[in-house]
Amino acid sequence: MSWMAWTWPTALVFIGIFSAIILLTIIEIKRPGGDERMGVLRIVTTRGDRLFLSILGTVYIFLAWLGFIGMPLWIPLFLGICWFVFCFLKV
Amino acid sequence: MKTENQKAWFFVLPVLLLVAFNAIIPMMTVVNYSVQETFGDNLFFWEGLTWFEQILRSERFHNALGRQFLFTFLILIIEVPLGIAIALAMPRKGFWVPVCLVLMSLPMLIPWNVVGAMWNIFALPDIGLLGYTLNHVLGINYDMTQDPVAAWVTIITMDVWHWTSLVVLLSYAGLVSIPEAYYQAAKIDGASNWSVFRFIQLPKMKNVLTIAILLRFMDSFNIYTEPFVLTGGGPGNSTTLLSIDLVKIALGQFDLGPAAAMSLIYFAITLLVSWLFYTLMNREDLNTEGER
Repeated sequence: MSWMAWTWPTALVFIGIFSAIILLTIIEIKRPGGDERMGVLRIVTTRGDRLFLSILGTVYIFLAWLGFIGMPLWIPLFLGICWFVFCFLKV
Repeated sequence: MKTENQKAWFFVLPVLLLVAFNAIIPMMTVVNYSVQETFGDNLFFWEGLTWFEQILRSERFHNALGRQFLFTFLILIIEVPLGIAIALAMPRKGFWVPVCLVLMSLPMLIPWNVVGAMWNIFALPDIGLLGYTLNHVLGINYDMTQDPVAAWVTIITMDVWHWTSLVVLLSYAGLVSIPEAYYQAAKIDGASNWSVFRFIQLPKMKNVLTIAILLRFMDSFNIYTEPFVLTGGGPGNSTTLLSIDLVKIALGQFDLGPAAAMSLIYFAITLLVSWLFYTLMNREDLNTEGER
């Protein structure tokens, strides 16, 4: 495993993503159908779509902040959490 | 009570393992590399997000990204309409159908590096058939090794030659699946050729065109071998697309950290644009489903 050069922060990111996928799978088994709905973006999304959009959006928030402003990253972290909540409630 | 047989999941396991080994594990490794400085002998030092900041602010990256978008844009606006036009012109039945299909498939059967090498020799100004004809027969000053415009024209032409067939074959598959009754109804209504295309053929081709555009976007946005073999990114940096620049950083300079950060940014762009294409092109269908 040493060739993969693991670090704790990156490991936590992947643990977070995989946990979210496992959680969605459990919810899907309990309540099948993906909870499809038409959100504010006027597209039909499932829980999985919302997770995808929230992760991708958060990545872009961090990249934009790093590109235009730079460190520290507390504000984009806050914006990322807001985007996450927004995606699951409104998208 | 358990009513369904879940054993089919075991058939998916080999695919899951394959994807894990060829995509997920390398991807996780790239993420790990992107936050560290690498030295020989497996020595890594934590750098945080420095490489991302450096890449996002680098003019070299902006230029390569600009060239990459320009390349993909040109490829899509040439190959998609051309592919549809060729598919429309192809016969739907008779002896010529298999001949056309085989001829259309031929360019796609040639390996990418061979296509690059073929076009390199073909376009050389003094000895290549294309280069010699343009320079010495038609009197057009053409040298893809010196002139950036000529290099761009050559890589675009090469890609159009290599990959338009994909759009043709997918569009053709869409066209032949349209029942004859639609054409008969259009004929009774006195519809023009344009109306038949706009209201029958194009909507019926929508699904295959979505796939064709997505595939062409992803392939052209990630293209490496053909332009690398053809121009090597030159003259100067004029055809250094994102993937060529990435390989230069990763393998030429052996800067694995910045290269990993650049790959992840590259991946995020490909993912977002593919998602946008797919969602926008399917929006109408999704909305209709949502209202049901």
